[in-house]
Amino acid sequence: MTTLFYLAGAIAVISTFAVIVQTNIVHALLYLILSLLSVAVVFYVLGAPFAAVLEAIVYAGAIMVLFLFVIMMLNLGQHTREQERGWLAARVFVAPAIMAAILLGQLLNVIGQLSHDVEVTRVGVFEVSALLFGPYVLAVELASILLLAGLVAAYHLAKK
Amino acid sequence: MLDLIWLLPTFPLLGFLSLVLTSGRLPKPIVAAIGAGSVGLSFALAAMIAMTFLGSGEDYYIVETFTWMSVGSFTPGFSFYLDGLSLVMMLVITGVGFLIHVYATGYMDEDPGYSRFFSYMNLFVAAMLMLVLGDNLVLLYLGWEGVGLCSYLLIGFWYTKPENGYAARKAFVVTRVGDTSMAIGLFLLFAHFGTLNIQDLMHAAEIEWATGTNLPAIAALLLLGGAVGKSAQLPLQTWLPDAMAGPTPISALIHAATMVTAGVYLIARTHVLFELAPDVQILVAWIGLITLLMAGFTAMTQTDIKRILAFSTVSQIGYMFLGLGVGAWSASIFHLMTHAFFKALLFLGSGSVILAMHHEQDIFKMGALRKVLPISFASFMIGSLALTAFPFTSGFFSKDEILLAAIELEGVGFWLWLGGVVGAFFTGIYTFRLMFVVFFGENRGHHCEGEYGGWNMSVPLMILMVLSLVGGFIHIPVEAVFSHGEAHEEHHASLLIEGIMIAVPLIGIGIAYLFYGSKTLSVENLMASSLAKNLHKFWNSGWGMDWLYDRLFVFPFMWLARINAKDIVDQFYGLVVEINRAAHQMIVRSQTGYLRWYALSVATGLVLIITLGVLL
Amino acid sequence: METIPIEHGLILAGILFALGLIGVLTRRNIVFVLMSLEIMLNASGLAFIVAAARWGHAEGQVMFLIILTLAAAEVAVGLGLIIQMFRKYQTVDINVLSEMKG
Repeated sequence: MTTLFYLAGAIAVISTFAVIVQTNIVHALLYLILSLLSVAVVFYVLGAPFAAVLEAIVYAGAIMVLFLFVIMMLNLGQHTREQERGWLAARVFVAPAIMAAILLGQLLNVIGQLSHDVEVTRVGVFEVSALLFGPYVLAVELASILLLAGLVAAYHLAKK
Repeated sequence: MLDLIWLLPTFPLLGFLSLVLTSGRLPKPIVAAIGAGSVGLSFALAAMIAMTFLGSGEDYYIVETFTWMSVGSFTPGFSFYLDGLSLVMMLVITGVGFLIHVYATGYMDEDPGYSRFFSYMNLFVAAMLMLVLGDNLVLLYLGWEGVGLCSYLLIGFWYTKPENGYAARKAFVVTRVGDTSMAIGLFLLFAHFGTLNIQDLMHAAEIEWATGTNLPAIAALLLLGGAVGKSAQLPLQTWLPDAMAGPTPISALIHAATMVTAGVYLIARTHVLFELAPDVQILVAWIGLITLLMAGFTAMTQTDIKRILAFSTVSQIGYMFLGLGVGAWSASIFHLMTHAFFKALLFLGSGSVILAMHHEQDIFKMGALRKVLPISFASFMIGSLALTAFPFTSGFFSKDEILLAAIELEGVGFWLWLGGVVGAFFTGIYTFRLMFVVFFGENRGHHCEGEYGGWNMSVPLMILMVLSLVGGFIHIPVEAVFSHGEAHEEHHASLLIEGIMIAVPLIGIGIAYLFYGSKTLSVENLMASSLAKNLHKFWNSGWGMDWLYDRLFVFPFMWLARINAKDIVDQFYGLVVEINRAAHQMIVRSQTGYLRWYALSVATGLVLIITLGVLL
Repeated sequence: METIPIEHGLILAGILFALGLIGVLTRRNIVFVLMSLEIMLNASGLAFIVAAARWGHAEGQVMFLIILTLAAAEVAVGLGLIIQMFRKYQTVDINVLSEMKG
């Protein structure tokens, strides 16, 4: 299991890196799906099978399909690759990379102070559901309202 | 009945509001009905109140309505104080005001600003009533400034001509000098007595201040400053002749009958203060005397019919001040009333003449009008006789009382009397110079069809004629107001003095006849010498007062304004603005409009905050 | 079950977050920007799951669920905006939207 964790983590980092430097948007999207799936594996390894399943279905499935639809609608195909290449000069990476590196360094600095090996306990659908429909029922309601609002807004915005 | 006194200013105020809110959309007959009717209602009510008050035998009556403002112990209210003095003023304002309003419905008939005119007039009457009825000096000051505002608005009524606007500004600024002095006087009084209620103030002043000390003198001087500004006395008299730029009913109502006498009212109202300061009181007399003589000289040289009357007004108010100065309070108020009658009559008469002559105001372009304009002639004749104190006209009694009070004063009294008599002599000359030139002799070119306007112009004239003739027999009930301060109750004048006072104006009339009536004596011969020419020029310019004030105040101020066109103080604030603008220019560069730039800023901020959190 | 060092899970979340940030700051194509935002949101969800694993609680998964909802709503609205922008400007270049320049 530990090996699986590191393997999935490595795939997630590599594919995510591929997403941000990719010029072909459809390829980038596929890399993103790969990244999300590997994160789902990490979830599973960490004993959260419900989250893993949701990650695969909702994130890698539904949301990415949305992206795909939009890309198809905008017809962003081969002809935008030259444009992307022009935009992706090495120098534009400098400042964001430095900034992100500093931020990461700070995070690592904080994280490094924790050192705790966990015995992974499996927290299954039952426990999560008991919480969701118990003390967090209000959060579920709020989430549903948020989704509804997102639906209405998306419908309104995308209308001609 | 007496409790309804608050309705007096309310009627014209409502008239003003209804006229100003409809802003000229009402038809003329309705405007006339509101404009004149509101003042008429006030007059009817004032008459009823006067009857009730005199019948009740009370010395005074106070009506409190509501508190205006409340700051600590300072709580002036809209309270009305009715006594003999305010009763007389109230009747004069509403009565003469009503007649002038009725006259104006005809006079202003063809003016496009008909509704505006009556709204200002109503506001004026409301403010003037507030002035004379207020029981505290704050309310009086409200009315005082209110009438000043209306005076400004009405002098500049025909605002399309720049010189009218100039005259209006001049009147406003010059009276403002006096008003400021008066305001400081009010502060002084409040600081000392903690109240501005006039009666409380007068009682307190009598008790706390000794006669002849400095404080009452300063307070009286400051109030006198306000009075001379409003009443166009030396040294603030220069605005009144220019104020004739307004329509003639305005000149009659504001600049002859009521507003300009507010100064006289103020001094009479606070006479206790002036009695505590005898030096200031005698100064009032001297101011009156010098003003009346100067204005008399100037009136003899003027050629504009309204300016002659304006200088005559200045001169007559000089008499009132003379009376105040010698302690003849009730005589002054009496003269105020009779003057309101005959001067309103003269102005309204001159308005008829001016209209009939198609807005010609130069008397030397008129002539032989007595046949063409019989009503104007009659009103001018009676008004002039009253003005020159012809025996048994109204002016005779009132002027007589003032001069007799003057001569009975110890010390300088004789000189004051003599000056007053000389002034009466000039009055005779300039008044009948006007009469002979305008109504006798031969027509000097201008064509004139006859009387202008209908009954609404002639009836007020006739009523004022009667009042000017018999006004002298009216007894004004002011004894209670001045009971302890009246210098002379009964006059015991010798026949000689009486004779002189009757004869001198008649001699003046005779001289005017010789020069302008029969042409026995020639003005041209008199004017032959260069000295006479220069004197004429000097007097004609109002003793060069305008010239002097231009040099003393206006030009230095203009010079200062010119060199300080870019205000020095402003420069400092301009600097603040410039610094802000520069800082803004620097910061505005960060607003690139690029989303990624903003995201980077957010990330940078995040990094910085975490760094701080780690370091601290 | 084997043990997993908790800090490594958090480090993975940090790396993914930083990569997503780089993507947001670098890309001019607004679709990529939105995708990078998804990466960042996903990274924060990962952090919650790791924390939940540390304590063996289910609350972390509840939080992840809420983040998931947020991401879904955000993507829906964001894609709607992108479509609208493309209609108006015929481009996905985010730099054309700089009318708020000071």
